[in-house]
Amino acid sequence: MNAIYILWLRELKRYSRSRAMVIASLGQPLLYLLVLGFGLGPVFQKAGQGSYLQFVAPGVVGMSVLFSSVFSGIGLLWDRQFGFLKETLVAPVPRVVVMIGKTLGGATVATIQGLLVLAICLIAGFRPVNWATLPLALVFMILTAIVFAGLGMAIGSMLQDMQGFQLIMNFLVMPIFFLSGALFPLKDLPSVLSFITRLDPLSYGIDGLRSVLIGTSQFEPLLSIAVLCGAAVLFVAFGGYSFSRIQL
Amino acid sequence: MIKVENLVKKFGDLTAVDDISFDVDAGEIFACLGPNGAGKTTTIKMLTTLLRPTSGTISINGLDPATQSNEVRKQFGIVFQDPSLDQELTAEENMDLHGVLYHVPRKIRHERTEMLLKLFELWERRKSYVKEFSGGMKRRLEIARGFLHTPKILFLDEPTLGLDPQSRNQLWTHVKNLNKSEGVTVFLTTHYMDEAERVADRLAIVDHGKIVAQGTPQELKDQTSTDSLEGAFLALTGSTIRDEKADSAAGIRQMAKMWRK
Repeated sequence: MNAIYILWLRELKRYSRSRAMVIASLGQPLLYLLVLGFGLGPVFQKAGQGSYLQFVAPGVVGMSVLFSSVFSGIGLLWDRQFGFLKETLVAPVPRVVVMIGKTLGGATVATIQGLLVLAICLIAGFRPVNWATLPLALVFMILTAIVFAGLGMAIGSMLQDMQGFQLIMNFLVMPIFFLSGALFPLKDLPSVLSFITRLDPLSYGIDGLRSVLIGTSQFEPLLSIAVLCGAAVLFVAFGGYSFSRIQL
Repeated sequence: MIKVENLVKKFGDLTAVDDISFDVDAGEIFACLGPNGAGKTTTIKMLTTLLRPTSGTISINGLDPATQSNEVRKQFGIVFQDPSLDQELTAEENMDLHGVLYHVPRKIRHERTEMLLKLFELWERRKSYVKEFSGGMKRRLEIARGFLHTPKILFLDEPTLGLDPQSRNQLWTHVKNLNKSEGVTVFLTTHYMDEAERVADRLAIVDHGKIVAQGTPQELKDQTSTDSLEGAFLALTGSTIRDEKADSAAGIRQMAKMWRK
């Protein structure tokens, strides 16, 4: 228990000490929010879908949670590079415990990151339909963060160096983002696309966020929570398995 | 304390450690010498649960690293060849994190952290980030950290690499003192013959994954009729320079390694 806590604390300390990184990581969501939000706004309006800024804000929050949590797992590569990984691997603590501590740390950081982006959305003019359900958004952010921190740990355990990083970015993380309905409504899609989006756990995270923030959703919010919980268990277990198999 | 029998480790068709056997007694300082790529680090990785042996048996204080890895990990402290500190944390935070991972109770953790940081002359800098430390300070911190949980065995994998003579001298003095006062068994690897001669009670010379000789420094000198350990070492391992292999195939292997099976 103490081991989980100290490793969780380490992730938070590292996060709070890298202000430049925090600011840098807000840049991309900001571009999506402002450029797409205002750029596609008129077209979206004409198509009778209402305000695009309102629509895309939960997507952008989900996106920042996704990136931040996956990268926390890939941070294992840095630990590997700078040697700290070895220190945790020879410690008399089950590997799974080490992995859970790091995953929870990464998920916490990702949730904070999501809250920061949500705050920026509010400043940019986003208005939730119901302020009372705002805390529920936190539930979806936390679940999404755990799912992808688990996935990130699995990836981080399998990668040996930075070369594989681009591969993961372009063939896993970006597709998860684009196929999640973060940028477009999941309604009336071609059946193949519709099928794929349903396989993407992030779809449920973002849809859940929309249900509590702007009151529209494609899936039942309870279904979204169930899918996210299932995916969290699956990915954390997979991440734990991959992590426990690391040899140096 | 450490008992190794017929240990073998193969990476594909490369045999890194080829059927080695040795014993290290409790409280002893045992040095493992050998040219680059002789299999020293691979051996340490197997002893410390980081690698699974291809065959052979290891016993660490009566425990098997392959099946009782958690118990084995409680028995030793280790200083790796490359740094393994968290650069973004302070010296004190690194010590504390280590203490928690090794289940050292808070009070003892703080007492020993203070004692060890003072001993290794880092107490004044305990609140500084490790990334601001010099190479020698980082090494000292790693060794202090290795002693924090009062291990029965301390593994030192080329601990003095890149240190100036003053730091090396001081480091070995402390290691020898702690070996006496806490009775810790020390297993070390080094390239520096003078160090091995000075600190080690017994040593083994490995080459191409095999132990070519073992005994006290005096025994090795007598055996090879040389008057220095360096002479004995060269007599046993030859004077050809070992280039660690790096060809085009190594590049491809690197790519393949990216994805663990």
